Parts: sequence; C-alpha cells; structure tokens
Amino acid sequence: MGRTSRIPLPLLAAISLVLVTTALAFVFFVAPDDANQGFSQRIFYFHVSIAITAYACFAGGAWNALLHLWKRDPNADLRSYVCVHQGLIFGTLVLLTGSIWAKISWGHWWLWSEDQLVLFLVLYLFYCAYFMLRFSVDPGPQRANLSAVYALFGVVLIPVSFAAIRLAKNLIHPVVFTLHGPNFGGWILVTYCIAQTALLALAYTLYRLELGGKRLDVRLRRLREVLA
Amino acid sequence: MLTARRLGKRYGEKRVLRRIDLVLPRGGFLVVTGPNGAGKTTLLRICAGLAQPTEGTIEREATRAQVGYLGHDPLVYRELTALENLELYGRLYRLPERRERVGMVLERFGLWEARHERVASYSRGMTQRLALCRVLLHDPELLVLDEPYSALDEAGAELLDAQLAELRGERTFLLATHDPARVEPLASAALALAS
Amino acid sequence: MSYVRDVGALARKDLLLELRARDTLPAMLLFVAAVFVVFHFALPGTPSRLETTGLLWVAILFTALLGLGRAFVPEREQRTLDGLVLAPCDRSAIWLAKSLATLAFLAAAEVVALPLYALFFHSVAGATVLAVVLADLGICGVGTFLGAMAVATRARDLLLPLLFLPLAVPIVVGAVGASVVASPGRYLGFLGLYDLLFAVVCWASFEYVVAE
Repeated sequence: MGRTSRIPLPLLAAISLVLVTTALAFVFFVAPDDANQGFSQRIFYFHVSIAITAYACFAGGAWNALLHLWKRDPNADLRSYVCVHQGLIFGTLVLLTGSIWAKISWGHWWLWSEDQLVLFLVLYLFYCAYFMLRFSVDPGPQRANLSAVYALFGVVLIPVSFAAIRLAKNLIHPVVFTLHGPNFGGWILVTYCIAQTALLALAYTLYRLELGGKRLDVRLRRLREVLA
Repeated sequence: MLTARRLGKRYGEKRVLRRIDLVLPRGGFLVVTGPNGAGKTTLLRICAGLAQPTEGTIEREATRAQVGYLGHDPLVYRELTALENLELYGRLYRLPERRERVGMVLERFGLWEARHERVASYSRGMTQRLALCRVLLHDPELLVLDEPYSALDEAGAELLDAQLAELRGERTFLLATHDPARVEPLASAALALAS
Repeated sequence: MSYVRDVGALARKDLLLELRARDTLPAMLLFVAAVFVVFHFALPGTPSRLETTGLLWVAILFTALLGLGRAFVPEREQRTLDGLVLAPCDRSAIWLAKSLATLAFLAAAEVVALPLYALFFHSVAGATVLAVVLADLGICGVGTFLGAMAVATRARDLLLPLLFLPLAVPIVVGAVGASVVASPGRYLGFLGLYDLLFAVVCWASFEYVVAE
C-alpha cells in the first residue's frame, strides 16, 4: 500500500482542468461547422472521445484483473474496480451524448442502427451486472476473484459484441463499410485529439481521486481496528 | 509437514487470524483449541489448501491428493448413496483399488450395511461417519480434521479413537476440537487460539 | 486421459443426481411448452416465420436459464464444492462436467421443444438445428461458468440472468441469423468462434471462481 504515484494529484487535476478548458474552447470556437449538421454536430468530439475513454477504463479494469489473478497483486483488485467504475460513468455519458447526437442527426433519441450506441448498451448492461456481482459478495479474496474473472470476460465480450452487432445489422439491410472520413482532417483532427487527451486526463484524475479515497478509507478502518 | 509463519487472514476488513506460527513435523499430532470465533476453522482451511492466507506464508509438504480434510459439512451428496459418494471420490482421487478401498472404509465405520441407502436418509451421526470415510478413503498423508467428534455417538467416537490411534505416528494430524481431553493421549503438540 | 475420466465421473454424478431428484428436466420441458403457448397469445394472428424464429430463440435462452440456475444447486445446498475443489483433479474439469450435464438437459428439452415449435408455428430448417447445437455449446459453457459465480453470491438465482444475458447477446445474433438467412455459413461460423473463444476463457479461469 501507499505506492507513491508519479504525478501528484493536485498537479494532475490542474493539468486536466487546463486540457478540458482548451478542449472546450477548441470545440466551440476553433473547429469548423459541419457541412450537413451545422453547429450541433460538435457533440461528436465529446461523444467519440468519451467512448474511447470508457474503453480505456474497461481495458484498465481488465488489465488490473489479470494482474490480480496472475501476479496476485494485492492492490490490483481495488484498481480494477475503480477502473470499471470510471468506465461505467463514462459509459453513461456515451449513451447520453450518443442519444443526443442521434436526435440531432436523425431525429430519434435511439437508433438500433448505430453500432457504437448499441454496443455500449450491451456493455453497459454487462458492467452494471459487474456491480451487482461485486456488491453481492462479501469483501475478501472470493469477491476479488469473481470480479476479476468477470472483468476479463468484458474485454472478450467487447470485440465479440462488436462483430455480432455488425452481423445483426446485415440481417436487415446489408451495409458496405467504408472508412468514411471525407473531411476528417485539419482543425477537426486537432480538436478531436485535444478533446481525447483532455478526457483521458480527466478520467485518470478521477481514477486517482477515487482510488486515493478508497485507500484512505481502508487505512482509516485498519487504524481504528488497531486502536480498538 | 506443515510450516506456517506469521499467518494472518482477513475477510475484507474483518480480521479472523493473526500472527500464527506453527511447525508440524511429519508424524506429528497437533491439537488446536480455542473458543468459537477464534479462527480454528479458518486456520484449518488454510492448512488444507482451501483458503489462502492474506499475511504470512504456509508451506505444506503434501500434494492436494495427500490431504484429507474434514470440515463442518460432510461434503457428500444427499441424493446419492454412501457407496456412490465414495465411488465418486475414489475416481477423483484415482485410487487404483477403488472398490476394495471403499468397502474397507465403509466396514471400518460400520456403514457397510447401509451402503445402498441415500445419505438423505442417514442420521447426523451416520453422515459424520461417512464424512470420515471420505477423508480416509485415499489414505492421506496429512489429515486436517475440524471437530471430527461432532454428531458422533459413543460407538462412533470409539471407532474414530481407534482409527486415530492406529494412524498416529504414521500420518500427520491437525485436529481442532472443543474437547481436548478426548485426544490428549494422542497429541504431540497443542495450539490454543485466543479470540 | 485422466482429465477425461475426471470429467466423466463428475458428469455421471450430475446425471445421477438429476435421475434421482428429477426436478430440472421436467421443469424445463413444461416451461418451454408454456412459453410457446404464451407466445401464441402474445402474437395474435399468424405471426411470420421471422417473428416466430425470434420467439424460438427467446424460449430456448430462457429455458436454458432455468436449467443453468439449477446446475449448482446440489453443490450449494450440501456445500460439496469444497470436496471437489480439494480433489486432485484439475478444477476446470468441474466446469466442463457440469456444462456437459447441463447441455444434456438442454438438448433433451430441445428434442421436445423443436417438434413442438414446428407443430405450433413453422417448420424447422436444418440450419436452425445446426444453430441450436452450436448455440447450446456456448449457452451451457458460459452459463455454467456464470452459474458457479452466482451461487457464490448472496443474490444467487437473481444474479445469473443479469450476468448471463449481456454475454448471450452475440449468441442470439448468430443463432437468429443462421435461422433466417439463405446462406447461414457466416452466422454458424460466428457461433463456433464464440464457443471456442469463451470455452478457452472459461477453461482457463474457472479455477479462480471455485478456489481462493
């Protein structure tokens, strides 16, 4: 316990604040309007980068789960849990922003034809079940093991579900996939990169904050136990 | 056979064992006593390999196949007969002469006549005898017995006494009990856990 | 070789238990028949083949869930899992044997359910039968694994569907796809891939579910 982290938390918080502010400024003032959807298309920058951030959180959760099972790292369970928790928070935002984007672009709050959105709904249900599982087992090695195994299932489920959702779409109306990015360059790319970095930094800050809080909690309880 | 150093176990924030040191040589007979909640069962589960310590280390010079563990639950299926239960364990432990061995332990604990009856129809004492059969079936090197006398009638307890006395010295024992007087003549060492 | 024998001994035990208790398979059979009747009234008129295919898969999935929820009940009620974990066999054998036993029950239920479906709704194509076989493998493998997780929790039976359904979405996609398109090769391949991938994950990680 108490491994000193590389960047102190206040500095990290300041960095992500600056990055998020910059990203907001770029999204609203620098990026050009979309030819078809105009101003409101700017939610794309947040939607996509939040989605990538959520994936990163889930991947971090699975990585720490692996460390727990494989190396028996005693702190990995808590790290894995906090990662998944952050992933779920960002996952909620993905569903929200995606829904708004769908409304703007197609006039519906929900579209089953939007791969990314449907995939996140499946993952969202999956990781909600992770929480149900975790809170249904008493703290201890068994809870850590079960959580870790389920988190690992998650990273297998992501690509499998992605493939499945594309397959399912072919059922109704076969689509040809192209990397459509006619005007994905210049300021759009720069803005996207800044937004992505800002959100990753924000997620990392929140992760560290939560982890710090949880560890403090554990230490306090142990201290109380010693005093008692 | 068993060496534990500064063994500790917590479940979440609840500490159930702390700083247990024990050395149990081959052929030893260690009796563990202590009030309810002192961690006897947890210690025995760790020694049998069913649980991992959260602090300290434990070394066991026995493979999984060489450990016999008797816990609070008999670990037999109620809907199967005594024979079927022991046959299953005999297969899982890959006993070369399964039939003979199963028959022998059943005879020894007086269950041969009832071998075709389902465990569900057994009394608690008979179920405990069957649990003892299960533990001794594969002739383990290390016997970890948690309250082996519970639910046994006097006849059953005497059968167990005889079995323990016979194996004493040849096998290694770790036995937890509320009634240390019963096994005192056999014990080579004692460990009293405080709550 | 001894691994196969362990799996055999464990699966035999599960079949024997079911033979004695006779509670899982009759329940699954009754359930799937009742679900078909409910579906008939839930879809008034003459539902199309596309619609009833969806219903068939919902029925199979929930019937399987019924069986999976029962899979570890003997181990839970008599806490015999400790006994199996103590035995020198590979722990994944416990998962594999239980999966095979559940598979046997599900297959038996489907032997009745598919003709019943054909009688009530539409005929069953050969590709559907193939999809049923492949989907069953995935359902029983993953479902049994999650069943073992669920019995270790306080919520138990409540938790299994929650853990299982998100993981079953790809199975439904593959199975329904294989049942409705003209050339089901891709969908069957996808189901096979799913089975293989999750079988490896389950096989490798089951030890951590049952042992500390």
